[in-house]
Amino acid sequence: MRGWLAQHRHALALTLRRLLGHPLATLFSIMVIGIALSLPAGLYVLLENLGTASGNVAAAPQLSLFLALDASRQEAMQVQARLKNHPRIRGVRFIPREQALEELKQNAGLGDVVESLPHNPLPDALVVTAKSDDPALLKQLRDELGQWPNVAHVQLDSAWAERLAALLKLGRQAVLILAALLGFALLAISGNTIRLQILTQREEIEVAKLIGATDPFIRRPFLYFGALQGLVGGAAALLLVGASLHLLNASVAELAALYGSDFRLSALSSGDSVRLLLLAAGLGWFGAYLSVARHLRLIEPR
Amino acid sequence: MIGFSQVHKRYPGGFEALKGLTFEVAQGEMVFLTGHSGAGKSTLLKLIAAIELPSAGSVIVNGQNVGKLRRSAIPYLRRNLGLIFQDHKLLFGRTVLENVMLPLQIGGFESAEAGRRCRAALDKVGLLGREKAYPVTLSGGEQQRLCIARAIVNRPAILLADEPTGNLDSTYGDEIMELFRSFNQVGVTMLIATHDDALIGRYNARALHLHQGELVP
Repeated sequence: MRGWLAQHRHALALTLRRLLGHPLATLFSIMVIGIALSLPAGLYVLLENLGTASGNVAAAPQLSLFLALDASRQEAMQVQARLKNHPRIRGVRFIPREQALEELKQNAGLGDVVESLPHNPLPDALVVTAKSDDPALLKQLRDELGQWPNVAHVQLDSAWAERLAALLKLGRQAVLILAALLGFALLAISGNTIRLQILTQREEIEVAKLIGATDPFIRRPFLYFGALQGLVGGAAALLLVGASLHLLNASVAELAALYGSDFRLSALSSGDSVRLLLLAAGLGWFGAYLSVARHLRLIEPR
Repeated sequence: MIGFSQVHKRYPGGFEALKGLTFEVAQGEMVFLTGHSGAGKSTLLKLIAAIELPSAGSVIVNGQNVGKLRRSAIPYLRRNLGLIFQDHKLLFGRTVLENVMLPLQIGGFESAEAGRRCRAALDKVGLLGREKAYPVTLSGGEQQRLCIARAIVNRPAILLADEPTGNLDSTYGDEIMELFRSFNQVGVTMLIATHDDALIGRYNARALHLHQGELVP
């Protein structure tokens, strides 16, 4: 056990010496890995942010009921009463046309336009919350309510959110494909640096074999090298993504302020960060393993 | 300890380096291997360390048939051998101490015990005090002694030396032979290849003469 630990300590020390022995080459490989990983990671963060921004709306099974412009307040109350007694509806909220106009004035920054209107163009509206969030049932409900007298239009509020969710799904798949491709790139980078290392360490490997080194002993520092290089590359990717988000957030804040929102891009979660680091280290290790397995057998003492 | 029976070694291309060798080296024995260069001395040593495999016949070391060993078992065979090379095969990027330490790191020794053993081996060959030097700053004789220190640090039962005094003047050569004799006196089996017949005359030891890949009396 102690011998095993000593061997690993030795391998790690050797790895660090090799990494720090060629600082410029090390820096370049790490940057290449960092950039390769930051692309899918960055896209993933953006998609996650879009997802949370739309998620608040998407979940609510809501319908907006717009009444005919010529419907009286009494008729509106009748519709409301009828909705309240409907078995598939949980709640109803009445928005009188005056209140809707007031909200429009305040929220959308259209105060001047609204002031200049000769009369209120908005109808009375009822916001209906359904008991079920099954899209098929919601659509059925929409069609049913649309047939009622004095109801001009029924809108399923989740429709646009569904479309966005579909778009997000497409985006996530694109990120996955990109991540897979760049994962291969990382394998290749790791494998290639290890191949060069093995060639420069040829003499050392030969001597080690001559005095009784096993294959795992010779392989170990190279595997550590690959894993460590991947890990530091992953950390570089995290830094790149973090810095980019920081830069973007200044513009996002400006944009959000224009829409009266305080939305900000949030960074990669700590769980996702750890997963990224582990994946980078794992890929680096695997690339090194493939390379070592291929090249080590070719070096035999003569 | 070492047994050859009807060993042939043919290299790719058809060159027959060894032809039907049969001999034994007993435990604790010191044996010289002589012959002109090209007679097959190096090939014979390489067969014992499984650096080359015999084309026919069997090479037995410590009761193991070297030619039949699995690839993964070869390192453990080599750990029981101390190999001393004419060209030293030192690592020039590492210090004297790190060179001697290498076999112990391979064996997974703890650093305290390894340090003690390294200093003992360096003391034996008279290089104590040069631990932090790099091999390139050592003379030819010192490099050879460093190679010997690396070979004995693992306390192997068998030492194989290929032309250990080949590049050295006779004073250095005598020092190294004295070292070998002292190892042999504590029970190490020694097989020393040399083309220097004068050397053998001075030591009371058995000699195997190789001529064009065959043993001659």
